[in-house]
Amino acid sequence: MALPKDLLLSMYERMALIRAFEEACVQLYMEKEIRGSFHPCVGQEATAVGACFALNPEDYMTCTYRGHGACIAKGIDVNAAMAEMLGRRTGVSKGKGGSMHWTDPSIGLLGENAIVAAGVPIAAGAALSAQLDRNGRVALTIFGDGAINQGAFHEALNMAQLWKLPLILLCENNFYAEMTPLAKSNPLAQVADRAKGYNMRAVVVDGNDVCAVYDAVREAARLARAGQGPTFIEARTYRLLGHMIGDSESYRTKEEVAQWRERDPIKRLRAHLAQAEGVTDAEFDAMHARVQQQIADAVKFARESPYPDPEEAYTDFWI
Amino acid sequence: MRELTYTQALREALTEEMERDPNIILMGEDIGAYGGVFRVTEGLLARFGPERVRDTPISEAGFIGMGVGLAMTGKRPVPELMFMDFALVAADSIWNQAAKMRAMSGGRVKVPMVIRAQQGGGRGNGAQHSQSFEALFTHIPGFKVVLPATPADAKGLLKSALRDENPVMFIEHKLLYNTKGPVPDGEYTIPLGVADVKREGSDLTIVSYSRQLLFALEAAETLQKEHGISAEVIDLRCTVPMDIETIVKSLRKTHRLLITHESHASCGVGAEIAMRVMETAFDELDAPIMRVAGLDVPIPVAKTLEDVVLPQPDAIARGALKLMKG
Ligand SMILES: Cc1ncc(C[n+]2csc(CCOP(=O)(O)OP(=O)(O)O)c2C)c(N)n1
Repeated sequence: MALPKDLLLSMYERMALIRAFEEACVQLYMEKEIRGSFHPCVGQEATAVGACFALNPEDYMTCTYRGHGACIAKGIDVNAAMAEMLGRRTGVSKGKGGSMHWTDPSIGLLGENAIVAAGVPIAAGAALSAQLDRNGRVALTIFGDGAINQGAFHEALNMAQLWKLPLILLCENNFYAEMTPLAKSNPLAQVADRAKGYNMRAVVVDGNDVCAVYDAVREAARLARAGQGPTFIEARTYRLLGHMIGDSESYRTKEEVAQWRERDPIKRLRAHLAQAEGVTDAEFDAMHARVQQQIADAVKFARESPYPDPEEAYTDFWI
Repeated sequence: MRELTYTQALREALTEEMERDPNIILMGEDIGAYGGVFRVTEGLLARFGPERVRDTPISEAGFIGMGVGLAMTGKRPVPELMFMDFALVAADSIWNQAAKMRAMSGGRVKVPMVIRAQQGGGRGNGAQHSQSFEALFTHIPGFKVVLPATPADAKGLLKSALRDENPVMFIEHKLLYNTKGPVPDGEYTIPLGVADVKREGSDLTIVSYSRQLLFALEAAETLQKEHGISAEVIDLRCTVPMDIETIVKSLRKTHRLLITHESHASCGVGAEIAMRVMETAFDELDAPIMRVAGLDVPIPVAKTLEDVVLPQPDAIARGALKLMKG
């Protein structure tokens, strides 16, 4: 963890913000203020923050229905994000996209996606766009270990490598695709081996170590910007909550979850900051207080925002 | 006016628009060096280079998905589906991604993409290479759907499609590529969603589009010559937006409506037109609306069978005679 203290502190605070956002949403979901399905990323904050902090604001990104962390890490307006969760017209997608479709081109966010793997070719397209414009941007696509079995994923990897696209493929390997464990869907020893079939550079990192993810993505971005093509990064992590709220979690043991709780990426960074950088409890408390205030403000903003008018069913569709 | 083939007209539209707009990028299987299996993109690689005329691996889901990413980031991709039937392997990229991005983002992104594909039977290509999917695109909101029948329309409509800010499904017909027709000189476009009266008449209205339009015109000729029946023939040209007004205007004159299309009858565009006409102009009808459409069976290869499954001009004429008696 050789990164500058300031960077580590802001990464810590952003991870805490994501955690607080998700915990607030769990609450709001149980209270039926959030409709539809909600897939929390609690436990996976390090991949989101490590990846996005390694990129420039204008770089492109696609992610999945579990992408709130990545979107917040990339800089989405938290008030608009919360309003979207609550289906309000002030939401990032005016209440039309909901939890699974946050999109904000102003921060390069080309959409979460509710279809497994669909964001991979879309990011490849954005990478091609950047390559054609020679503007030095890269595209990051974040997906789960379930996505690697989809056709669109393989088609995109093949073209990305053929055309040396500035694309970073970040697999958040949390070892489950909904209720299916990785070993039941993947015959290879590790997910990153999938990239070998495309002669693509591949690395495996500890996805709960924000610095490891940061370093891997930074290097991938450097290579991509230098015309060296895509990198596949397997970040091993774990979702501490169920696939979605209401998941019985019968497919995994309490011990397994407890073990991963020990490796909680936020706790881990906190321990490092305290030991190596001498960050005090008071400083942590201040950060958490700021974050809690931000989320409380976001919930207030969302609740006080109006719902879309019925006529808005016809807008934002055809141009 | 000069005569061009449908293929030449399409190529002219692509060439002129690519000259005008450097963001237009063609992509698809064998569209570059080979010039496309239907030769539409012949010569474009030499003219515009491999960055803009891009041969892809056989990856419809992948390259149409990439088209969505390109379109969201300022490009105007024109992916080509070699055969319309392959839309099904790219169904997610087409219907869940391209069609919905704008709405799901609350209007924050647009997807100006033109998917070109040819469809239709008549060549003995069999059930996996002869289908017509305009109804699928019409059913799921998100695409404008264009089906030109003549070279002049092909050029003018493609130019409009390439300038549209929405995703457009541009549907050609494999048996139209070699047809010839007058094409105006110089710059012109045809607005999307405006039907065209291709033949004036007073006894009944026949609505069609794509290759079936030519059959409808042939049937109208026969009806006039052999039965003294005057059919007005309307070319719908687009199923989204759908120009019902032009049809209703014609019905105020003829009061009888026959709809014909090559795609399957069930839940087809004909059913949609009929219902919309009933909703808006039921009083104009002197007889039940008639539909002549593809049979609800997979398209067979043998000519004797294909000719039964896909409606021919005589089937339209027979339908019209029945309608006139009714
Ligand atoms: C194409 C497709 N098939 C199935 C689903 C249903 N589904 C939603 S999430 C999910 C599991 C995906 O697992 P993974 O890619 O590992 O991501 P994770 O949820 O673990 O982040 C499935 C099967 C879907 N959304 N899209």
